[in-house]
Amino acid sequence: MNRREFTKLGLLAGAVGIGGIPLGVTRAVGQTRGGTLNTIIQPEPPILVTALNQQQPTLTLGGKIYESLLRYDFDLKPLPGLAQSWEVSPDKLTYTFKLFPNITFHDGTPLTSEDVVFSITKILMENHARARNTFSRIDKAEAPDPLTVVFTLKKPFAPFLTAFDCTTAPIVPKHIYEGTDYRKNPANAKAIGSGPFKLKEWVRGSHVHLVRHEGYYRPNEPVLDEIIYRVIPDSASRSVALEQGTVQLTQWTDVELFEVPRLSKLPNLTMTTKGYEFFAPHTWLEINNRIAPMNDKRFRQAVMYAIDRKALLNRIYFGLGKVATGPVSSKTKFYEKDVKKYDFSPEKAKALLDEMGLKPGPDGKRVTIPFLVPPYGETHQRTAEFLRQSLARVGIDLQLQGIDVAGWAEKFSNWDFSMTTTTVYQFGDPALGVSRSYVSTNIRKGILFSNTCGYSNPEVDRLFEEAAVATTDDKRQEHYSALQKIMVEEVPVAWLLEIDYPNLMDKRLKNVITTAIGVHDTFGTVSFG
Amino acid sequence: MERLKTFLRHPTGMIGLVILMAVVVLAVLAPTLFPDDPWEMVAAPFQPPASEGLPLGSDMLGRSVAAGIAYGARVSLTIGVASTLAALCIGVTIGAIAGYFGGKVDDLMMRITELFQTIPGFVLAILLVATIGPTLTNVIISIGAVSWPPLARLTRAEFMRLRGREFVQAAVCQGQAPMVVALRHILPNAISPIIVTGSLTIATAILIESALSFMGLGDPNLMSWGLMIGASRTVIRQAWWMSMFPGIAIVLTVLAINLVGEGLNDTLNPRISRKARKA
Repeated sequence: MNRREFTKLGLLAGAVGIGGIPLGVTRAVGQTRGGTLNTIIQPEPPILVTALNQQQPTLTLGGKIYESLLRYDFDLKPLPGLAQSWEVSPDKLTYTFKLFPNITFHDGTPLTSEDVVFSITKILMENHARARNTFSRIDKAEAPDPLTVVFTLKKPFAPFLTAFDCTTAPIVPKHIYEGTDYRKNPANAKAIGSGPFKLKEWVRGSHVHLVRHEGYYRPNEPVLDEIIYRVIPDSASRSVALEQGTVQLTQWTDVELFEVPRLSKLPNLTMTTKGYEFFAPHTWLEINNRIAPMNDKRFRQAVMYAIDRKALLNRIYFGLGKVATGPVSSKTKFYEKDVKKYDFSPEKAKALLDEMGLKPGPDGKRVTIPFLVPPYGETHQRTAEFLRQSLARVGIDLQLQGIDVAGWAEKFSNWDFSMTTTTVYQFGDPALGVSRSYVSTNIRKGILFSNTCGYSNPEVDRLFEEAAVATTDDKRQEHYSALQKIMVEEVPVAWLLEIDYPNLMDKRLKNVITTAIGVHDTFGTVSFG
Repeated sequence: MERLKTFLRHPTGMIGLVILMAVVVLAVLAPTLFPDDPWEMVAAPFQPPASEGLPLGSDMLGRSVAAGIAYGARVSLTIGVASTLAALCIGVTIGAIAGYFGGKVDDLMMRITELFQTIPGFVLAILLVATIGPTLTNVIISIGAVSWPPLARLTRAEFMRLRGREFVQAAVCQGQAPMVVALRHILPNAISPIIVTGSLTIATAILIESALSFMGLGDPNLMSWGLMIGASRTVIRQAWWMSMFPGIAIVLTVLAINLVGEGLNDTLNPRISRKARKA
């Protein structure tokens, strides 16, 4: 036995140690219907009710339990969810949804338009910041009959139809939550939704066991009998579990990026990066625009030129993603590709810095800037080291500062930083996920994922505002194209990459990634073979 | 001179000294041997050892592992020596005061020392670095702050032993100030065991520094051995060399210092004659 095999054995022993519950692998072979899907949940969520908690693992798991009115294809076009059809009035103020008949919650109660109105206007408004941003624009929410929901907006809001996926607008049972303290409701432990799978058992620290919801409204769904989400805190054990077939699916960062090239080549596995279109994670180097010399646009442009973003993508992200060209991800609607290009060029960067009068000192350094290293693991640490080397070549000396999670969030949100890196989701529409980082009305001290860089341009503010309320897509595209051109010229932050997260799965699995929310979807049609 | 000769005849001590000198030379010559910054991405990532221009391979960003080890030697030795000096200053001062004056002063000093001894040193070091921030100076301060209690206890014991000797009593009777007595008469006679323990403290300090860096609590601007292992720990299945060579560097350096310390102990301690040891 050589050293590598020995290491493997040790890791395997660790991975097997988490077992103790039956593995469904063999049972699923050759079957179309039935079977058990074993996958990973990392880290273990605090609660499964997605209306009350929107952390990543909660949403991944909760998507099987809670459904919403719509789903979205890879181009973010709406598909039927709980709603079989929908209509928008010509003035873009009234949205009418028709629900499928015979939808039931896991406790057997029918799901009606009353539950939808309650979920949207009560529980989500109070507990879900992202949903509140959209649903606070509702003037009236009505349920004229059990299968019809009518929303009337105060004024047009173009991305309204993009907010009905199960991570933004999960529908919860009104009869359980109405009039109670939502967070303390004992039914939270049972997580009663209307999705194709219901909670059977949650053994803390071990696994979450979901089984088929027999009363599911879609014929022949779900195909699988059960899904087991295993809690495996150690990343090496997660990779081994996948390699050995103990689990048949991983998502997000379950598998460390450097393991992906190796694992995706294994004969029993296949890899896709589809299914993150709705989130479109956008990574950038955040620059505090308030502090000299970063308040000078030429300095920020120099930073853009100084970073070899292709090398960053290939060396640290193992090619999983693409170079970002501006504030809007190419996966998000209204992306504009015809903007100023910042190809890697230390010479241009140096020329810009010289022009500013930032001359290198005797040690070659023009300026020293502290950089907060985000405490979210290796990839961020390596990225920081990469950025320091890149900027050092043009005379910008980054001093890396290690910090803990709470400290990073505190300093970053209170503008007590010069540079750091961050990743922000775009949620399908620039009005939902992009404008918040740049409009001056969202410069709010103490709030993460607000306009922390302090960028302020009245013209950009106006274009964002008009694009959000414009009633035709052409008009919106026009505004968004205009503002992307301005922003790429001014570089409020140095956009680095659009990240593709890998979904690694057993080759026999079918229909896992079918929509823009990927692994967060219901898994009703997922099957082995 | 006599002692130097004894040391030079001490086989394991000499082995240690040779290795240690090699590490020191590597640290001193690092900028000459590797003119590029150790953080510079000089090659393709994941190059195995003995590739073109990369005697020990490259890491996941294409940085030379050999350069990292050379520059890491500077960091490890600097931190080891500096934090041991800090620990010596604190430990010897406290131990000397306690041992010289005895009584209530001794009680007070020893209770403070025990307070530090009850807290596991490494945990306290983590806490200190996490609180005051991971910079070179802070790491040195933190390691110094957790390494002094054994030195204090040793110094105290030596001082208590020598305090009652005739030559010390004579100096006191002559009316010399306590400071003078302690520094000129007691300390020179107590220094041997302190030097030995101090040398071993350097080894411990290097280990603590590596462990801190491994956990990501080292100065992120300094290439150190612990940081290299910590960074490449996760790719050990693909690239063993990234963590293996810095690991060997730590083992060799710590071993060398321990051997030298043992050699010094045998040489400086008059009660262990080399002949007796051999028998």
